[in-house]
Order: sequence, then C-alpha cells, then structure tokens
Amino acid sequence: MKTAARRKSYGVKGAPYALPSPTTTLKRARSAPYFFLVPATILFALFFALPIGYAVWLSFHKVKVSGLGLGAGARKEVWAGLENYTAAITDSELLDSALRVLGYGCIVVPVMLGLALLFALMLDAEKVRLAPFARLAIFLPYAIPGVVAALLWGFLYLPDVSPFYFVLDKLGLPQPDLLDGGPLYLALSNIAIWGGTGFNMIVIYTSLQAIPAEVYEAAKLDGATPLQIALKIKIPMVAPSLVLTFFFSIIATLQVFSEPTTLKPLTNSVSTTWSPLMKVYRDAFGTGDIYAAAAQAVIIAFVTLLLSFGFLRATNRRNKQEAAG
Amino acid sequence: MSSLAVQKVPSAAGATGAAQNRPPLRSRIALVPTITLLLGAVYCLLPVAWVVIASTKSGRELFSTFTFLPGTGFADNISDLNAYRDGVYWKWMSNSAFYAGLGALLSTCVSAFSGYALATYRFRGRETIFNVLLAGVLMPPIILAVPQYLLLAKADLTDSYWSVLLPQVLSPYGVYLSRIYAAAAVPGDVVEAGRMDGASEWRIFTRIALPMMVPGLVTVFLFQFVAVWNNFLLPYIMLSDDEKFPITLGLHTLLEQGANTPALYTLVITGAFLAVIPLVALFLVIQRFWSLDLLSGAVKS
Repeated sequence: MKTAARRKSYGVKGAPYALPSPTTTLKRARSAPYFFLVPATILFALFFALPIGYAVWLSFHKVKVSGLGLGAGARKEVWAGLENYTAAITDSELLDSALRVLGYGCIVVPVMLGLALLFALMLDAEKVRLAPFARLAIFLPYAIPGVVAALLWGFLYLPDVSPFYFVLDKLGLPQPDLLDGGPLYLALSNIAIWGGTGFNMIVIYTSLQAIPAEVYEAAKLDGATPLQIALKIKIPMVAPSLVLTFFFSIIATLQVFSEPTTLKPLTNSVSTTWSPLMKVYRDAFGTGDIYAAAAQAVIIAFVTLLLSFGFLRATNRRNKQEAAG
Repeated sequence: MSSLAVQKVPSAAGATGAAQNRPPLRSRIALVPTITLLLGAVYCLLPVAWVVIASTKSGRELFSTFTFLPGTGFADNISDLNAYRDGVYWKWMSNSAFYAGLGALLSTCVSAFSGYALATYRFRGRETIFNVLLAGVLMPPIILAVPQYLLLAKADLTDSYWSVLLPQVLSPYGVYLSRIYAAAAVPGDVVEAGRMDGASEWRIFTRIALPMMVPGLVTVFLFQFVAVWNNFLLPYIMLSDDEKFPITLGLHTLLEQGANTPALYTLVITGAFLAVIPLVALFLVIQRFWSLDLLSGAVKS
C-alpha cells in the first residue's frame, strides 16, 4: 500500500532539504486536504444531505387543516408518526409499480448482460473482422438520451410508421400491439437493452483485454477450442466486472423513469404510476401529497441500499470462500 | 492506460479484397463472431438509420411510403422546426449545451480537487468522507430531486438555470474516478519533492498533479457531459418555462403535444434526428480519449 509509505515520509523529522521547517510542512499537509474538499463538502451538504434529511422529515409529517383551510395559519405541518409509511406499504399502486419493474428487470438485466458478455467475447475472439466498427456501433446508443431512445423505438412500435408492421403486413402475419399488455414489457425492455448493452460490453471487453495472453497459451496447446477457452477461462476471469455491471444494472432498472414517461403519450397502457419513480412523481406533483411521496421515496431508497449492501456482502463472502477453498 | 481506441487493430485491411480467390475462408475469418457482431451492430444502428430516413419524409410520405425509403420533405421539415414557436427548438439545444458544458466543467473541477485530496493525502476522516460521497451514487434520483425542488422553491430558485445546473455539479462517480486516477497517476514522491522545494500545496496541485491527471479528468468530463445532457428527471421536475428546457424535456413536450396530431409527427422525428447529431458527433470524435478501463477497475494503484 502506498499510503503506508506516505505516512512514513510525512513523519520523517529533519528531512535533509527542509528549508521551510518540517513542522510547518507537516501542518500544511494536514490542513490542505480539507481545503481541497471544501467545494465537494458544501455541495454534498446542500444537494445531497439536506434534501435527504428534508425528505425523511417530510415523511414523518402531514398537513393539518384547521377550520375552513383559509388564511395563513390554517394549514399546519404536524407530526404524523409512521402514518405515511403504513399508507405507502399498503398502497396497491406502489406495490403494483414495484412488481411491474421487477418483471421488467427480470427481462432487462439477464438479456442485456448476456448480450454484452456475448459481444465482448466475440470482440475478443481471434480473426474476427470489422470488430472496431461493430464495437463503435454497439456502443453508440450510450450517447443517445433515454428520452430520444424511447421516442425512436416508440415510433418503430407504431403500426402506422413501423417497418416491422410493414413486413408483417406483406407476409400476411398477425400484427401484435407492441404497446399493450405483455408486449409492452418487451417493448420497454428492448429500449433499455438497446441503450445499455454497449456500455456494459465495453466494461467487460476492457477487462478481457487485461487478461495476459500467456493464460490462454497452455490451454491452446492442449487443444482447447475457442468456446472452451471462453467458458472455462475468459468468463471466470471477468467475473468481477460482471458483478459490477450486474450491480449497476439492477440499480438503474429500479429507477426507470424517462422511457415509460416518454412512451406514455403513445399508449394508454403506460399509467402515470407505471414505475415506482413515476408513482412518487405523480404523488408529489400530480396529487400534491409531498408527505406521502417523501415516505415512498424513502422506502425506495431504503430498498435500494438494502439490495446494494446485501449484494456486496454476498459477493464478498463468495470471494472469501473461493480464496479459502 | 489503454483507451477505447487502443485495441487490436484488424490486421491487413486489404485482405478482404482478395478474399474470393483464396478458398479456405473459414481459416482466415472467424465467421461466428463476425456475424454475431454485425447482427449486434445492425440492431444498434437500426433506430438511428430509421430516424435519419424518416426525417426526410413529408407528413404524407411518412404514412404512405415504405419506412426505409427516403422522402422529399427534409428541407420543409427543418424550416417547420425552425418556425415552431419562434425557433424554441434551437433554444432547447443551446440550453442543453449550456447545462452539459458548464455543468461538466464545474463537476470536473470539484472531482479533481476531491479526488486529488483523497488520493494523495492521508488525513483523519478520509475514508469516511469518501464512503459518504460514494453512497450518493446509490441514492435514487427521485429521493434527491423532489426535496431539492421543495428546498429550491423556498429559495425561489426553481424554474431557473441554477435549479438544473447546481444539483448536478457534485458527481460522486466523478470523485470516485478522480481518486482512482490520481492514485495511479500522481506519484507520492513527486508531491513530496515539490514540498521539499518549498512549493505551496496549491502550487503542487496546479503545476504538478493537475497535468498528470488530465487524461483521467477528460474521462470524468465526458461522462458528466453525457450524464447531464441525457438527464430528464431533474429538469422535468424543476422547470416549467419552456425557454429554459434542455432538449430531452423539449422533445418530450413536443411528443406529448404531437401524439394526438399525426401532423406533428414529422416535427418530432426531425427534432429527434437533429438532437442525436451533436452527441453522436461528439462521441465519434472523442471516443478515443475515453479511458474506459477506469471503469472496470483495470487501473493498477
């Protein structure tokens, strides 16, 4: 570790060229990091800590209207205890939105990461042609905002303008409504998969590139096929980046907002409470119950943190077991 | 530091031309990987190709001609878009450039200061500060954005440029990347040598450490630029005056109005096409500067 060496060098007394006395350098070096961290600390306090604290505060309060609700003092914020939380937990709209996102996530995460891993392995294969072009093309959707992606695919799902429907029509095949019922999940999942595969592919591919060639050579000499090398050597070696991409994909999936919001004008099947974040938005700004919305937001944050730490602990434990076994 | 561009360059680009008269094709080209990758590329380019072609169609052609057949209405579509609400579309584009450009610049500065401090100094509370900042990554944007809106409303700052710009200056992810990069790129001995020469801590940072951190900071800037440009939730919550909208929010409102009037479809499609151009162009130019191995933790520290 570097830090240990650095600590030692700070502690050296009477260093040979110490024109400014060593103690002043030491003091200066002690206070300097805090100065460098001032902007981040202020911004964190104002735009992270304070809003989170305020959300928690709101979630334990409600408005009490006295009299006719007119006049300045008529609406008062009073302590609500766990009322907002019990309301949120028993709120079927919130539960339904969570279940919808769960279903959506069960499609998005495995398919997106599966494709990302597949493409990364193909890029890393020997004698593959056009790899730089394909890498760029598959990564390109990352540069396109979720709103624009949803808009493009939204039009491609509309029977009037879609090439898919054109082809189905010419072939005389049935034309399913992609923006309704079960297919809606696939339609929304497709947008996320399209947007996210390239980025994850690059992360996995970068760690594939970091594997030294010698690792394969022995296997190749033993006559292992490329498929065997991919399954037995490459995939286990990129497992850490698979874990990382899995983790971030789950978090991103829980927070889906802009794609369904963009598709909403095109179909009646996306309700204003389709995903948990949309539900919070609707309650905060649509129905104007910021207290209920705050409680729901706190629950979502809590679940996200719980999942994250649970997941990190599980992977740590597995790593330790592997190291021990 | 390998960037995205530093990869195995395909050997001998001219080989494909002469491929026909040399029989064992399979031994020179791995067919399965090449075809898989091409299918992936087609899938990813399909919507982009569609919007390019659809934007050339007049409203009538959009519904009557085959999807991938170019139309004749491109110039008309552009002038319609220019005329829409006195050219508010271009206002959205410049707003996005402003939010993303200035936001990413400020964010990179803050990340550079914090990352440098966290990587090169040893001080009380270092890991606590780092972990608290990092926990910000895990916060769902909604738990931040709703109370941010309510608090900014108290300061009378909602529906202003500040309300979109300021909450995005601190990027936990940027701080994390800067720290990793500074730890790998700025040797402790060099900082110590500067100190021995009597340079101030600030001078050591600006003259010695900062130039060493530039490649990593370019990555931080680009990530943050894309993140701000693509952000939808925050401006959606903060803004109501469409003169201040970024392009994502502008296109969303355009679609909302246009969904029930197919006559507006061409406007939305042309708008989407033009909105894709700057980021794709930026992406193509800069993709060689991205040190993406930062992401996968491949930088050795």
